[in-house]
Amino acid sequence: MVLSDLQIGSVATVVRVNGESVVSKRLMEMGVVPGVTVRVVKTAPFGDPIQIRVRGYSLAIRRNEAETIEVAE
Amino acid sequence: MRKSENSGRTKEIVIALAGNPNAGKTTLFNALTGLRQKVANYPGVTVERKEGHWAVGDHNALLIDLPGLYSIDATSLDEQIARDVVTGGDGSAPPDAVVAVVDSTNLERNLYLVTQLIELNVPVVVALTMIDQFEHQKHEIDTEKFARLLSVPAVAIDAKTGRGIDRLAECVAQAVDAPHAVPEQLRFSDDASQNSRIFSRYNFISEVVQESVKHKDLEAHNFSEKVDRVLTHRLFGLLILVGVLLLVFQTIFSWANVPMDLLEKGFGALGDLTRASLPEGILTDLIVDGVIAGVGGVLVFLPQILLLFLFISILEDSGYMARAAFLLDKLMSRVGLHGKAFLPLMSSFACAIPGIMATRTIENPKDRLATILIAPFMSCSARLPVYTLMIAAFFTGQTVFGFISLGAVLMLAMYSLGIFAAMIVAVILKATLLKTSSPPPFVMELPPYRLPNVRNVLQNMFLRAWLFLKRAGTVILAISIVLWALMYFPKTTPPAIDDAPAKVESAESYQLKHSYAGTLGHAIEPLIRPLGFDWKIGVGLIASFAAREVLVSTLSIVYNAGKDANEESPTLVAAIRDAKGDDGAPIWTPLTALTLMVFFVLAMQCMSTVAIVRRETNSWAWTGFMVLYMTGLAYFAAFVTYQGGKLLGF
Repeated sequence: MVLSDLQIGSVATVVRVNGESVVSKRLMEMGVVPGVTVRVVKTAPFGDPIQIRVRGYSLAIRRNEAETIEVAE
Repeated sequence: MRKSENSGRTKEIVIALAGNPNAGKTTLFNALTGLRQKVANYPGVTVERKEGHWAVGDHNALLIDLPGLYSIDATSLDEQIARDVVTGGDGSAPPDAVVAVVDSTNLERNLYLVTQLIELNVPVVVALTMIDQFEHQKHEIDTEKFARLLSVPAVAIDAKTGRGIDRLAECVAQAVDAPHAVPEQLRFSDDASQNSRIFSRYNFISEVVQESVKHKDLEAHNFSEKVDRVLTHRLFGLLILVGVLLLVFQTIFSWANVPMDLLEKGFGALGDLTRASLPEGILTDLIVDGVIAGVGGVLVFLPQILLLFLFISILEDSGYMARAAFLLDKLMSRVGLHGKAFLPLMSSFACAIPGIMATRTIENPKDRLATILIAPFMSCSARLPVYTLMIAAFFTGQTVFGFISLGAVLMLAMYSLGIFAAMIVAVILKATLLKTSSPPPFVMELPPYRLPNVRNVLQNMFLRAWLFLKRAGTVILAISIVLWALMYFPKTTPPAIDDAPAKVESAESYQLKHSYAGTLGHAIEPLIRPLGFDWKIGVGLIASFAAREVLVSTLSIVYNAGKDANEESPTLVAAIRDAKGDDGAPIWTPLTALTLMVFFVLAMQCMSTVAIVRRETNSWAWTGFMVLYMTGLAYFAAFVTYQGGKLLGF
């Protein structure tokens, strides 16, 4: 399962960050690393990007990026 | 610099201030250095370098404010600069110590940068900011344990009350000469992969935080998420955003008019005064008509720039700007732009100069460049006099469907044409010259809402305005003088004419006709003939390269309507309607007027914008490209409008 599949409000644990190295590096540097808990807060009015909460702060990522993040509930 | 103070036991040391965006770095920098600051540029780039003096024990320290950054691994320009400063990669010696600004309410992610700094083996001192909010939220931190686990000194800071400021200086003074060691968990073998390093750093951070911090409940005090229920709501969020943008727009478009009129009158009076107090001659004409009028014509935009940057600073510092980008990213990404491109483009409806300066919030250089290159298509306030004159001369009193005024429809059409052109060009640019192998990652923090710090906001506003004056001013002065000379030389006097006084041209009109600008107007006539323009309009086009609204005053001179005619002046409107070519046919038809409006929507005719694009892109090539493609597009669109209109029988 990937992060973009999650319902709004659901909480999950990051398993892997895939995708191109530029994207995965940026995501991991921002604290989205395997083992961390994320919560999907909301999607923007036009469906993209989505807001997630990780390590006690809010991060906006596009669906493209969310698809590269493998999660387990 | 104050050398006398540096002698004896004091020693000049260099301290760098590093931290994440929104971590309170600017506030701390101001608290440490007071008003003793100066702003320069990093060599070769347009990122500002802020420096100040800070008394650290016996040392007089030079404090360098690094750009806000999340990581020191060079991907963005800011990160490269920060890395170079910290490692001494820019050729200068590495700093004697780094003060790492860490937002205590967002510890883990803020500490990531700190782990990288520790790995670089420079002395690091952690300044824990926002400690008042942290404690207000009933979290607790054992600073001593925290510092011991992290292996570097840490001080809780409240810049507002001054808490911890002295202690920070003590810690830095001790750290400068003290030996330090990199903790075991942050020592990597050379073959460790990038991702495994990031993973290890965060593991280390989690251990440190778990051992030394008691979080009450990270989610319990989530004030920002509650505010976001309204501000990024599907419907209300968008409505509020429109309201905010309308307010910004209204302010720079209409309320700025009062100070702008004052400035305009002030420069007029200054010109008159100068002319009255200097002897007649070329030098006086140069000073009054070239320097004062030229520079004054640009300085009138200063109120708009100040107000726009006031708003941008407030919106950024409060955390709202990131929300606006969040709301609009989807729309902007359809034409390949970043959500943050929206505000610069919106601002450009008032004036492209502050709009282009506002693109600095866009991190990806290609996205930023694309935004800069299309920003001048937004119909700015300087085009309004041109539209107004054309509509007043040819399209008044007519209606569409019997009740909508044709003038309003045309006005809307011109604004829409600019937006449409911008979108098309953005798509083309992002698919060709500014193509990225993959779309740059959109990973943007939504910082907590905070009350903007008044001093930071004002400081930022004046800094931007000053940079505009300093950088653009020199180029603008040079171009003003060139344009003035083109219209001033060669010097002629009208021949004495005895017959019908009504036919007599004013000396100004005669001079302009026979000047280099007039000659140039004649020279480009074959080129602009297919657009329905004669040499007089050509002179107007040449003069309006300085600034678009100059067209009105230039046409007044060529049509002899009096120097002070404005865009609604009946004499000028009548003169334009009555203008006849050599064959006796009217020069101007409604189609000519429409063609001229289309040309003005698309052409790059603003030396201030050219100057600021040169400064912001740091490239004459991109600046030249913008002038050429915009003016080429303008010519093409005007050609299609005129020839198409003629074919359709207008």
